[in-house]
Amino acid sequence: MNAPVPPSSAERAEKLQGMGCKRKRVEDVRFTQGRGNYVDDIKLPGMLHGDFHRSSHAHARIKSIDTSKAKAVPGVVAVLTAEELKGVNLAWMPTLAGDVQMVLADGKVLFQNQEIAFVIATDRYIAADAADLIEVEYEPLPVLVDPFKAMEADAPVLREDLAGKTTGAHGPRKHHNHIFNWSVGDKDLTDAAFVKAEVSTKDLIYYHRVHPCPLETCQTICSFDKITGDLTIYGTFQAPHVIRTVVALISSIPEHKIHVISPDIGGGFGNKVGAYPGYICAAVASIVTGKPVKWVEDRMENLSTTSFARDYHMTAEIAATKEGRVTGLRVHILADHGAFDACADPSKWPAGFSNIVTGSYDFPVAHLSVDGVYTNKAPGGVAYRCSFRVTEVAYCIERAMDIMAQKLGMDPVDFRMKNFIKREQFPYQSALGWEYDSGDYHMAMEKALGVVDYKKLREEQKAKQEAFRRGETRDLMGIGVSFFTEIVGAGPSKNCDILGIAMFDSAEIRIHPTGRVLARMGSKSQGQGHETTWAQIIATEIGIPADDIHIEEGNTDTAPYGLGTYGSRSTPVAGAAIAMAARKIKAKAQMIAAFMLEVHEGDLEFDVDRFRVKGNPEAFKTMSQLAWAAYNRVPPGMEPGLEAVSYYDPPNMTYPFGAYICVMDIDVDTGTHKVRRFYALDDCGTRINPMIIEGQVHGGCTEGYAIAMGQEIIYDEMGNVKGASLMDFFLPTAVETPHWETDYTVTPSPHHPIGAKGVGESPNVGSVPAFSNAVNDAFKFLGSTHITMPHDAYRTWQVAAKLGLHA
Amino acid sequence: MTKVSMVVNGNAVSADVESRTLLIHYLREHLNITGPHIGCETSHCGACTVDLDGKSVKSCTVFAVQAQGSDVLTIEGMAAPDGKLHVLQEAFREMHGLQCGYCTPGMITRAYRLLKENPSPTEAEIRMGISGNLCRCTGYQNIVKAIQYAASKINGVEYKEAAE
Repeated sequence: MNAPVPPSSAERAEKLQGMGCKRKRVEDVRFTQGRGNYVDDIKLPGMLHGDFHRSSHAHARIKSIDTSKAKAVPGVVAVLTAEELKGVNLAWMPTLAGDVQMVLADGKVLFQNQEIAFVIATDRYIAADAADLIEVEYEPLPVLVDPFKAMEADAPVLREDLAGKTTGAHGPRKHHNHIFNWSVGDKDLTDAAFVKAEVSTKDLIYYHRVHPCPLETCQTICSFDKITGDLTIYGTFQAPHVIRTVVALISSIPEHKIHVISPDIGGGFGNKVGAYPGYICAAVASIVTGKPVKWVEDRMENLSTTSFARDYHMTAEIAATKEGRVTGLRVHILADHGAFDACADPSKWPAGFSNIVTGSYDFPVAHLSVDGVYTNKAPGGVAYRCSFRVTEVAYCIERAMDIMAQKLGMDPVDFRMKNFIKREQFPYQSALGWEYDSGDYHMAMEKALGVVDYKKLREEQKAKQEAFRRGETRDLMGIGVSFFTEIVGAGPSKNCDILGIAMFDSAEIRIHPTGRVLARMGSKSQGQGHETTWAQIIATEIGIPADDIHIEEGNTDTAPYGLGTYGSRSTPVAGAAIAMAARKIKAKAQMIAAFMLEVHEGDLEFDVDRFRVKGNPEAFKTMSQLAWAAYNRVPPGMEPGLEAVSYYDPPNMTYPFGAYICVMDIDVDTGTHKVRRFYALDDCGTRINPMIIEGQVHGGCTEGYAIAMGQEIIYDEMGNVKGASLMDFFLPTAVETPHWETDYTVTPSPHHPIGAKGVGESPNVGSVPAFSNAVNDAFKFLGSTHITMPHDAYRTWQVAAKLGLHA
Repeated sequence: MTKVSMVVNGNAVSADVESRTLLIHYLREHLNITGPHIGCETSHCGACTVDLDGKSVKSCTVFAVQAQGSDVLTIEGMAAPDGKLHVLQEAFREMHGLQCGYCTPGMITRAYRLLKENPSPTEAEIRMGISGNLCRCTGYQNIVKAIQYAASKINGVEYKEAAE
């Protein structure tokens, strides 16, 4: 009988389920059985329930609040108003953007549904009943919903608390409703480029107000132990450690007595980064009552109060030569921040990374200026599945490039190709201050064009346009192209912090004696599948099967400090920390192996799951053997154990990119559309789990589809929010959602330990301009230049009507 | 308070609740059956979908008293008594038909009834059949595949396409 053939390196590598394979998700075992553990699933003994009474007015002075009827309801334990919160100095709270925000209305209300009183009761039905019985007497004030009008000289003063403050957190305020101006780039050189420009365009491109709307709303349970002084907070937090530090800073509770736990989270998309009044009220209520207090917002509260996204009025100008070479970019943004500046950006970036507005193009000069303005709308300004303000400006430049191509009479793809940053220009210094790490835009664009047969599509479109003119069809065909460059992975400590804490991330890996692994991170999955993919990185790095690696996140008592999961930062930052921690373990294992095999470390080589002696592959120690040895047979002088921690401060951001193409047919008589084809090519560098990447692209494109084609939080002139239920706020069902085709190229990040760039948010960033460009492309042969989003059927019908197509 | 009794996942249960108590709260708060979730309380999202006497219902818009004497199936009752997962539960994992997992219990419970009503649905019929259940993560494409995969398994035919 022959001796069994030992498994080859490739066979052993396959068993690890490491990077690059379509590993099935670990999380799904519990989720498919209804055994997820979300905040509202948690019940603590004696738990009370909180609910808000909210403002019916968008701007009004509060003359009186009568809580007596609410307090008289059996089961009501307490009612909090601003007066009670003033006793603990929490009527107002600091925002992540350096502003302050009312926790409960203090003297006036500034947006509809603003929190006025918090009722605590033994049952959620009783809390809701009692909240309805609170009586508030208002003196209505003039309402501002238009940020342009908010900046007029005689506009009503919204933030009376800021009276006389001519300087805000980000420099001078030039008007009583002004928050900040943020400018970047060389203004004089840019202005000069426009003076000399052979061709220029100038367009107001509005990215409307939307909301991330995860299926699970924001919620918390706060439990204060009066004996020990410990405050335990369960919550839907994308950044649990940041929440812990914020609570420590604004309360008298020391940080080690605060325990923040993010259990399973039902989607975040940026909604669950910030700190909201509900969290503060639940914590204060628990301290006051000595009982755990749960607060769960309903869908209308979610859509109308806890964070909006976008609402950017962008005026974009491009200068170019007649031959189609761009020579300058000038952008001004009027940013509607609502009643308080509660943007969740890194602290020094009041307009996020909007200076990525030069996109994928080699602009020799550029200038960007952003003015933030207060209005009577809900506060927020979160990064809805995008890095900070990146999707706004990606939309801006991708629309502006199409408009310029139209003016030049060039095909939008030819115009882009002519102006792309070339492969050999990386690392590329942009005119607005970024260093793009790597890219091959021409290759990605050409691959996309080949797959969809772009030339043939344009020929078909031309034939259809002629048929339309002859009256043979009422359908218009649009081809939308978008080529986006993201900037993610915030970020390097030299320029990124939140409340003074550098935006590193962290990992701790413990190898148990039997070769099983426990690993904890400062990131927090909300559906991204970290329990699956983080184990894949470790598996490849140290050669222990992913199935033997348990990943834990979300408990601030056990996880190393991290800045959380948003802005596609988990793979670029926490993913790097994981690789670096794994490499520390590998280095120690190598020393143990050298000791056991009685060779010099340098005589060993790593082979998938073992160290072997170079030139003698029969002499090896597997990682499993080394794990055991780490606890009983380490070299003299070495500490026993096999654990490592890494805090990773990234040297640079990462710059994922992609080419998206949308083919759409529009019925001019009804304004309805049909997405015939949607192709998404993403380059996110090294791919950890292709199945999860493609799932992320499907989901992000679906969100982008909703945003471009109908989703909107609208206010009427009285400040009434009109988009705050799922009856009004467009979330596509399986019927409307197009079919997604995914594709990829791989351009690794040169500075990331495993070359990964992050992907979760690219599809939201890239798809919105592809849809909008398709709608615009359909109408442009009739003289239309820019149509404002969202492109729902009624608006599109109106466009057709204005163009005289219904005559 | 009203005593409300029914059979949930094969077990006879009863609890004293207010007549206004919603079925979803009866399940989640009184019986600790937390698989079905609450996403909107306005019957749009379908996260609370359960099977009530052989029909899919959104349990946020049904009073518990309306389900008196009924037979209710939730995600917790989907696996066989010996613990073997329902083919739909396997299919959703196999085809990557979920991400955050919040819509999943309602989605699988709805798909279970859909396949009872129509054992061999077309893609369009699946999309229409789950249009009362919203998902914010997946874009539905792999959910559709999971349901096609499960239908193939139930019908004993081969399913060829892999998860994207």
